[in-house]
Amino acid sequence: MTSRSRLDPPWTYVFDGPTSLRGHQMNKLFMSLRDAAAREDFLRDEATYCRRFGLSEQQAQAVLARDWQAMLDLGGSIFYIYKLAMMDGLSMQYLGGVFTGMSEAEFKAVMLAGGRTDV
Amino acid sequence: MSEVIWGLATSHVPSIGAAMDRGRTADPAWAPLFEGYRPARAWLERHTPDVAILIYNDHANGVDLDIVPTFAIGTAERYRVADEGFGRRPVPDVVGAPEFSFHLLQQLMDEGFDLTVFQELDVDHGFTVPLSVWTPDPGDAWPCPVIPILVNVIRYPQPTAARCYALGKALGRAIASHQGARTVGILGTGGMSHQLAGARAGFVNPDFDHMFLDAIANDPEKLASLSREDYIREAGSEGIELIMWLIMRGALNERVRTVHTAYHVPASNTAAGLALFDNRTEKTN
Repeated sequence: MTSRSRLDPPWTYVFDGPTSLRGHQMNKLFMSLRDAAAREDFLRDEATYCRRFGLSEQQAQAVLARDWQAMLDLGGSIFYIYKLAMMDGLSMQYLGGVFTGMSEAEFKAVMLAGGRTDV
Repeated sequence: MSEVIWGLATSHVPSIGAAMDRGRTADPAWAPLFEGYRPARAWLERHTPDVAILIYNDHANGVDLDIVPTFAIGTAERYRVADEGFGRRPVPDVVGAPEFSFHLLQQLMDEGFDLTVFQELDVDHGFTVPLSVWTPDPGDAWPCPVIPILVNVIRYPQPTAARCYALGKALGRAIASHQGARTVGILGTGGMSHQLAGARAGFVNPDFDHMFLDAIANDPEKLASLSREDYIREAGSEGIELIMWLIMRGALNERVRTVHTAYHVPASNTAAGLALFDNRTEKTN
């Protein structure tokens, strides 16, 4: 797509228009989880909750399986995906580990050692 | 006429606020960061402005993806601290300065910056963490009323760095033409280099960050000339938040005195930076 032609940093998700369009329903679901009553509702029956928000089959599968990488690939914004992670008691360092093939402890250690300067 | 007396640039990582709220600032992992804040906090304590303007971005708390304003201003009397899904931070709600907001809105509109207006807004860590960096123990209230200016840095295409810098310059003129308040502090927040998602998660770029810390003081035009793609490549997909520092810088004089800078890796997944500028033309202390 021409609108993306100048933007090609390696291994980088850019939350652009097409991505936002693709992920909109799923991101709306994540946003709803700020509310305690909604979180209870979600946890009671996650599949039904996903249907109510109009997620695609793939998106619903990713949410139910907590497949964080797939959520990114299916249009999730990291700030919205993080709402689900927080509900599960998971940290941004945990997610960083998932995305980079490390455990949370390994990822934290890499950050404490100065971060990933070679990527 | 009102005068901008200082500009403060600081990262707004949520865990900085969490470390303060949970009393962990002396922990080995956090102590160097907070030690770096100390001289800036001491100076700021002696230079409380009548009003502050805080430039930040929301992170899916006060703004949803159904409407994403590129630039916006708060015009409320009060701003509630947002519940981001784990309860509100135990810090005071924010008192606004609506009359000053209305003035800025009109002046900026007349200069061609068509800002969206928030008459209601819950402010998230992007707003409250910089206030805590400035004032670690606010008690019942922050040191002065604060006006939020919001920037979209999450949804591509973000505004260009050049446009942010130009907005800052217009903001500086709008402040100067205001007759009410006497002194103003401006905070530009976010950054420094970081990337949260994907295989490049954990990316930091100290070379770029140090260049940025130097240039924000001495050569902001150079930073304004970088494209958003440059920022995403060099500072990471979330490091583009640094464009908000340019709005603060644009509102200051061409020449400023650097009071203090600090840099530390990491604040959780992020390179954290701070820069404090004295903008007064007649120095008293």
